[in-house]
Amino acid sequence: MNAPLTRRLFVTSGLTLAGGIAVGVFGSARAANGPQAGEPWSAETSGPVAGEINAFVVVEPDNAILVRIAKSEMGQGVTTSLAMIVAEELECDFAKVKVEYASAHRNVNEGAPYREMGTGGSSSVRGSRVLLQQAGASARARLIGAAAQRWGVDAANCVASAGEVRHEPSGRTARYGELAADAARISLRSEPDIKTPDRFELIGTRAARLDTPLKVNGEAKFGIDARLPNMVYAAVANCPVFGGRLRSYDESAIKSRRGFIAVVPVENGVAVVADRFWRAKEALAALPIQWDSGAGAGTNSEQFRADYRAALEGSLANAVDKGDAKGKFAEAAKVVEALYEAPHLAHAPMEPLNATAHWRPDRIDVWMGTQFPEDALKMAAKVGGVDPSKVYLHNCFLGGGFGRRAVNDELHQAVQVSKAVGKPVKLIWTREEDIQHDRYRPQAAMRLKAALGDDGMPKAFEFRTAVGSIMRSLGWGTAANGLEPMAVEGLANTPYRADALRVDAALKNTHVPVMFWRSVGSSQNAFAIESFIDEVAYAAGKDPLDYRRALLADRPDFLGVLDKLAAEGDWGKPMRAGSARGVAIHESFGTIVGEIAEVAVGKKGEIKVERVVACVDCGHVVNPLTVEMQIESGVMYGLTAALFGEITIRDGRVEQSNFHDYQIARMADAPVIETHFALSGGGKWGGIGEPGTPPIAPAIANAIFAATGKRIRSLPLKNASLGA
Amino acid sequence: MVHLDVNGQSHELDIEPETPLLWVLRDELGLTGTKFGCGVAQCGACTVHVDGVATRSCQFTVAEAQGKTILTIEGLGAKQLHAVQRAWIEADAPQCGYCQSGQIMAAASLLAKNPSPSDADIDNEMTNICRCGTYPRMRAAVHRAAELAKL
Repeated sequence: MNAPLTRRLFVTSGLTLAGGIAVGVFGSARAANGPQAGEPWSAETSGPVAGEINAFVVVEPDNAILVRIAKSEMGQGVTTSLAMIVAEELECDFAKVKVEYASAHRNVNEGAPYREMGTGGSSSVRGSRVLLQQAGASARARLIGAAAQRWGVDAANCVASAGEVRHEPSGRTARYGELAADAARISLRSEPDIKTPDRFELIGTRAARLDTPLKVNGEAKFGIDARLPNMVYAAVANCPVFGGRLRSYDESAIKSRRGFIAVVPVENGVAVVADRFWRAKEALAALPIQWDSGAGAGTNSEQFRADYRAALEGSLANAVDKGDAKGKFAEAAKVVEALYEAPHLAHAPMEPLNATAHWRPDRIDVWMGTQFPEDALKMAAKVGGVDPSKVYLHNCFLGGGFGRRAVNDELHQAVQVSKAVGKPVKLIWTREEDIQHDRYRPQAAMRLKAALGDDGMPKAFEFRTAVGSIMRSLGWGTAANGLEPMAVEGLANTPYRADALRVDAALKNTHVPVMFWRSVGSSQNAFAIESFIDEVAYAAGKDPLDYRRALLADRPDFLGVLDKLAAEGDWGKPMRAGSARGVAIHESFGTIVGEIAEVAVGKKGEIKVERVVACVDCGHVVNPLTVEMQIESGVMYGLTAALFGEITIRDGRVEQSNFHDYQIARMADAPVIETHFALSGGGKWGGIGEPGTPPIAPAIANAIFAATGKRIRSLPLKNASLGA
Repeated sequence: MVHLDVNGQSHELDIEPETPLLWVLRDELGLTGTKFGCGVAQCGACTVHVDGVATRSCQFTVAEAQGKTILTIEGLGAKQLHAVQRAWIEADAPQCGYCQSGQIMAAASLLAKNPSPSDADIDNEMTNICRCGTYPRMRAAVHRAAELAKL
């Protein structure tokens, strides 16, 4: 993702790069040329596409600009923000820009013109901005070159703006649409320079989202909306205890049901196939299934909790050892110590996992929403036994991702079923399967200690965490030296100043699979450290925000965020009885976000978050609208987890099953959310999809302490007794 | 046979009467704008109008739907966009968009019976789940839709 840009990438002509694949347009109903179909999967054709100037840019004869988006749209707005980056350099009318997904098939089989298409780690803008600027600039230079060649003039005397090239001395003009075919044959001697931020005109503006019109009339197509001729449906039961196995089933019990087609054992479970999904689901419910539960069957969350606590006292791997922490603790005027705990969490995207696979001996087509389309393509190839050059992955809109769609468990099963029945199959997990067979945010216990001097300021910190290893759980290798970065992110890189810092971790896995959950390690570590700093401030007799300011004195970026946050968030202003503000600030994915939560605690202990003020330093902003939306989204995602989120295990299986017992914040739970910016600019480009999430849980918990004097150290907050 | 009236069109379907309306809309009629989210009437992604009232179609059988007028997201703005849809576009309310058909149908139903809802009315009536956290923008958009509907 951070590989240096190959400056030759767009120099060669589009036609030599082409021979690629057109995927259907799902882009802009706002484009002047009218609404496009909401289907990202119109038939793939091979061969060059007319007007393709490079892998990212196609200019159509009617002057519409088609920009290919090589990241997955899961709500974060990349279809708009990435198109803006290309259009910034292309000097075209953004109202004429439409978008389509880049082809994973092309990327896998034709030398990766899109680099990495995976979407995660809040990396889409910061990871591909330079590449996209170059794609736009190069296309512009070739359009100018085509015009200069046509007119027999010096390209240096031609300028491009608003979708046309103009020869300044003669005043001749040509629209991009007229030049596209010639531009595709132009080779450049060198790549044109890209703009520095001070020259941005489109980037930084509040452009309306290109996908909105498709999402208000049912037109936007998600993976679950795929419909193919002769398609059948599959419902899946995954083994109730993780790591268990299917022992047997009695097909005769459901064979005579209407629409029944087959029972197919699949990876981690069994699928029932029928001519309609409802019939498949009902037949599956009636299918007698025996499972071998395996080694995890006797476990429960209370035991895990004790195990993680105990692991904090055992042998830990050292992540940071700076200064003489031991000595500082020995001579401390005061030691503050606290234990924080975080539960497993499910992602629960609104669109349940699903994949539609059409396996044939010589070709596989897949329709789904995935964060990692190239991995999905390769998985389909491997599972289906077909060469990757014959596999087509038609990525769709994702009905939420949050990390869950980073691996493709549902696709593995769909390919197996399609191969078994010889038909296109749409395989859908019910919500119950989604909640009970996620790869969860790991459970964790974190013990934080501070050695304070006479002045109440910390001389040393010691942070310990015991948490599941995501890498081990995914089988992506062993954690080197007993560590992985996400276990200690937000702790190891704490900005809070002290003479000594020691951070240790115990990576401890159970049979429960764990994975990336929006903001990953920061999701639990920010709760611990930002609650803890609050506790330390009170122990020192200081205001929590002032205390943070003092500890961040050598971090102007953090101070910029804190000061703007304090002003906009009315820090220190009086509130009515039973209400209070809490503050938290955290850096993740290259972005600092501070949040102040205003929380009212009722007489019976009911918690209402009434207002959240956020302040963000992500360096630069491509589109303030989509950034604000991501902060709102991150806050609500974290607020749901803070208040309600908890997956518990009994007898080895998940106890929760649907939204009645895995509660999600609704409209009535939603605070007013205000987003402000304190941008440090320069070379900093931070991510935005995740950094809004980590501060909200500690901000709420800190507000509850300020309102009630009760310090909650274990999530979710609903389990705390706050009543009078 | 089951007779259904959906978006002004009549359909005769050979389907089990206990089938939830949701799956008939999606899999028989191809009206995929109505979404499956939970199957237990918790999330509201499957919300349609039954005789003008917001109804969670995953727990509403086609037998119950017979003789009633069904309106889905595809029918809501078929002639011209509904005030709620226009307000949603103005507000850029959707993120991933998956829950939005149901949210919009819920909002349209709310405004039909309460043309000037308060924040509390919206909190009480708009109970569909959104995982992207679009609630603040949707709340503002419902107020804006109430204005647009009166223009």
